[in-house]
Amino acid sequence: MNSHRINRPNARIRRDQPIDFTFDGKAYQGYAGDTLASALLANGVRMIGRSFKYGRPRGIIGHGAEEPNALIQLERGPGTVPNLKSTQVELYQGMNAFSTTGWPSLNVDVKSIMGRAARFMPAGFYYKTFMAPAKMWPLYEDVIRRAAGYGRAPVDPDPEFYDHLHHHPDVLVIGGGACGIWAALIAARAGLRVMLVDEQAEMGGWLLSDHNAVLDKCSSDTWVKRCLTELDSLTNVTRLPRTTAFAMHDGNLVQAVELLQDHIVPAARNPLLPRQRMHKIRARHVVLATGAIERPLVFGNNDLPGVMTAAAGQTYLNRYAVRAGQRVLVLTSNDWAYGAAADLATAGARVILCDTRAGGALPARDDATRKLGVDILKGHGIAYATGGRSVSGAQLVKLDPHKDIAIDAGPRVGCDLLLSSGGLSPNVHLFCHNGSRPAWDENRLAFVAPAQGRPGIACVGAVVGEFDLHGALAQTTTAVRAVCAQLDRKVTAQVPRIAGATLPIEAAPARAIFRVPDGKREGHGAKAFVDFQNDVAASDIELAVRENYRSIEHVKRYTGLGFGTDQGKLSNVNGFAIAARALGKPIGEVGTTTYRPAYTPVAFGALAGAMVGDTFDPRRYAPAQQAHVKRGALFETVGQWMRPWYFPRPGEDLHAAVNREALAARTSVAMMDASTLGKIDIRGPDAREFLNRVYSNAWSQLAPGKCRYGLMLDENGMVMDDGVTSCLGDQHFMMTTTTGGAARVLTWLEKWLQTEWPELKVYLTSVTDHWSTCAVVGPNSRAVLEKLCTDIDLSPEAFKYMDCRAGTVAGVPARVFRISFSGELAYEVNVDASYGHYMWETLMKAGEEFDITPYGTETMHVLRAEKGFIIVGQDTDGSVSPIDLGMGWAVSMKKPFSFLGKRSLARADTARSDRKQLVGLMTEDPAVVLAEGAQIVDGNGGRGEAAHPVGRGPHTGAGGARAARRSVGRVTSSYHSAFLGRSVALALIEGGLAKEGQVFHAWDGGKLTAAKIVSPVFIDPEGKRQHV
Amino acid sequence: MLKFHCPHCNEVREEEEFSYAGEAFIARPAAPDGASDAEWGDYLFMRKNTKGWHWEQWLHSAACRKVVAVKRHTFTHEIGGCWTLAEGKRIYLEEQA
Repeated sequence: MNSHRINRPNARIRRDQPIDFTFDGKAYQGYAGDTLASALLANGVRMIGRSFKYGRPRGIIGHGAEEPNALIQLERGPGTVPNLKSTQVELYQGMNAFSTTGWPSLNVDVKSIMGRAARFMPAGFYYKTFMAPAKMWPLYEDVIRRAAGYGRAPVDPDPEFYDHLHHHPDVLVIGGGACGIWAALIAARAGLRVMLVDEQAEMGGWLLSDHNAVLDKCSSDTWVKRCLTELDSLTNVTRLPRTTAFAMHDGNLVQAVELLQDHIVPAARNPLLPRQRMHKIRARHVVLATGAIERPLVFGNNDLPGVMTAAAGQTYLNRYAVRAGQRVLVLTSNDWAYGAAADLATAGARVILCDTRAGGALPARDDATRKLGVDILKGHGIAYATGGRSVSGAQLVKLDPHKDIAIDAGPRVGCDLLLSSGGLSPNVHLFCHNGSRPAWDENRLAFVAPAQGRPGIACVGAVVGEFDLHGALAQTTTAVRAVCAQLDRKVTAQVPRIAGATLPIEAAPARAIFRVPDGKREGHGAKAFVDFQNDVAASDIELAVRENYRSIEHVKRYTGLGFGTDQGKLSNVNGFAIAARALGKPIGEVGTTTYRPAYTPVAFGALAGAMVGDTFDPRRYAPAQQAHVKRGALFETVGQWMRPWYFPRPGEDLHAAVNREALAARTSVAMMDASTLGKIDIRGPDAREFLNRVYSNAWSQLAPGKCRYGLMLDENGMVMDDGVTSCLGDQHFMMTTTTGGAARVLTWLEKWLQTEWPELKVYLTSVTDHWSTCAVVGPNSRAVLEKLCTDIDLSPEAFKYMDCRAGTVAGVPARVFRISFSGELAYEVNVDASYGHYMWETLMKAGEEFDITPYGTETMHVLRAEKGFIIVGQDTDGSVSPIDLGMGWAVSMKKPFSFLGKRSLARADTARSDRKQLVGLMTEDPAVVLAEGAQIVDGNGGRGEAAHPVGRGPHTGAGGARAARRSVGRVTSSYHSAFLGRSVALALIEGGLAKEGQVFHAWDGGKLTAAKIVSPVFIDPEGKRQHV
Repeated sequence: MLKFHCPHCNEVREEEEFSYAGEAFIARPAAPDGASDAEWGDYLFMRKNTKGWHWEQWLHSAACRKVVAVKRHTFTHEIGGCWTLAEGKRIYLEEQA
């Protein structure tokens, strides 16, 4: 039953649309236009959660994004959403919401029992406890984890999708309150392209909570409606409600997330629309009209359910027609809360207003408020509230007029709703996302954004400290006029005339009070909370300062102040003020902590947009892709490419398939798709000189029709890429790179040419996807090619190993390269990519009589490892030089130009003889295949030492230093060789080149396996097979 | 997210189209083989690392693929300007004078 729902003119709920919902399984009713919070309050539900550390009962404190307590879990199953603020959840029919704290239940919470030992759990207590024994830590962590935490992450895939939109308006107005609407209207009327965003479903900001103002002779509701109607009629305006601008980046790039369908019953959502949309807005000018949030006062037991901000009490009443209590106590340091008191009184509540200022408000306001039936007590504060699971009263204290001291006890007041107001805190977050800090305005008792903004960003309204409606609209008019002028538009806007507020406008100065004194030393009275979500009390902040944390950033980290999903919106300023007092410094000097995106939490889905699943990264396919799919290939991703991994026949696993493919390659003929390797076309009179500079080997003598393996070093002398480069003409070369390194190498080459060698006449073109490459491999490869190619002399004398020829293959113009990554006779047939699929299929047909076998990257890896050929990035890691690889033959020290990397090879460290060097490894047991990545250890193998862990620190307690071994390298490549009938491996081992024949051990998961260092060339060391 | 006016494309483009290419105007020693380990190490590793105006290179990788010279304030991320390498070098040398 909606016991707290009353008649309230101008409320924004729609009584003709009742809504049924459940909370923790219990059924309730609300209305369209309610938030979950307003509907719960209407039904008298107050306790929504249990606090993080102490398990104290908690209820709703705020009415929007600032809510720290009332977090709920929405729905269950794939659509569940954790950690939503009930104040921001728009009610829909059939909603199921759940509390997220309290174990085993909200009502009976075990942690609250612990909370009675709160004395022993001040801020940071866990830094000083749970020290020993260390082995109990996993248990402590498990228990603590389960006791804390809000909500459960979904475990099912998200059934909905998200997308991104980019915008480039002239003016982006952030905030759809009075000033934001007015700013948007001025700019729109001036003909500029305007975007207006606001986090709420309805625009109007504070005007939705306080209907008393009269603007331009009409009610504020009518004024807002008229403005919005005009905005919506203009084609140069995009107005987005339910859209939170949560980040402001450099260059006026704003990210905003729009909740397109969160408010719609899940079953009724449009499946063709995203659930949420991320807007990336690059505006020429931004207008920040983000307003201000009222902060509460800090006093004992201020966390009881039923204690709220005055703004929240007023909002629930005027916007949602919920009178959250009938006996209301309002505590204030300023005039604004008088509006809440007045409105609640006219709504039939008994209201007592406790003003901390000795003089209270000015007579006009004081009289007007008393006339409405409000009892006003001046010069008093609240020492502590009383109540169990709901506030039932408060103990007042008499305050010194000037100092924060309680000079006498005050009356005890009964109440069922306690509202407090400590002043307004401007929402400066977006302005400060660039790392700047707001300035403390002593007159306004607020951290404000500068009224002059900064280049490209105007700040208007409450965010600069203009808390009075007329002043705010006037300042807005001036600021936006200036923005329009910068964009070459003239504006003739008249500031809207404000009239007819029910309470007089002139306000008495607010009192600078944050923590209301209770007459006791801090920490000795009832707990006074500053940050509700993290259970940070005023005493914790003073403790941090006592423990000598002087910087406000350290105070924040030590206590937890400002962490959490509310990011300190209600707590930060109070916390800074309390810290300042403890430090003996003015608040302005203590300052604020750093503001960072996001202003409020953003779903990962919204951030990812459409870049999930199949569209997470672009997929690149070789031209013959369908042929591979048809033959049952399994694929692996190499960079963005899909490469066939192996081609299993029915019943084969990876090993069976690879053994068969590898044997076919060495005994008959097999074929691999090598289209994905990077290919760079290099031309120009200085092409040779260029190659000499970027490769370690020599290119001056390479004649047209010849290919050479090139080793590319970085300036540290380390191998960064490799590949075969072929001479197609005296000034024309084709460079190949690794598949994964293609883009990186092209960029590397471009940078050198443009920044260091602009005088070289060299032209680079990426042709990776212009050419398709079929590698025909094996003793019968020539025979296969001969069937399809008649205009190239394929005889071994005419077409030698490392030659290349142009001709026609299967009727298609082709370049044929006699290069081999397997050590077998092999030809790589390159054709225009459009013929790639055709060429593959034609070669397969021609090879049928030789049982031609398609193979993938796994077999490719095995074949090259058997020959000791490196794979950059697997056998190298950026710290391996050509000398380490035993490839001194690929380094030409005689070239006139000091090629890239050359000088570094002479560095003392690069020339060490005990560097990790590439060797082959043969296991004692030929059936054992070493694990790639296994560490190689020194010391004796020996039986009985197998269990000793390697290289761990003093915590293992598994024995003394004698048992620990040192890692001297690792296994980089390891496979079973079908051809040899045993395992082969490559490894990088300290000084390995001089240790052939020695036995080392590979350590893997506690097991040691003996292996002997051998030459990395396991098959055909003389290279006869590739020369046939 | 920064924006750059690419002098080659003659348009303002988003940072996402570019990739960072290191401090600008670093000259590779003309005779590396004669440089000491210290001198060579200086070239390889030592950078100005200015807190303030910084001359750097960005490659317009998604478009013209030209390396441009950018003057960026490393604290405020204000962009002082984007020029061709030649023009940027000229301005840079003027500033040093």
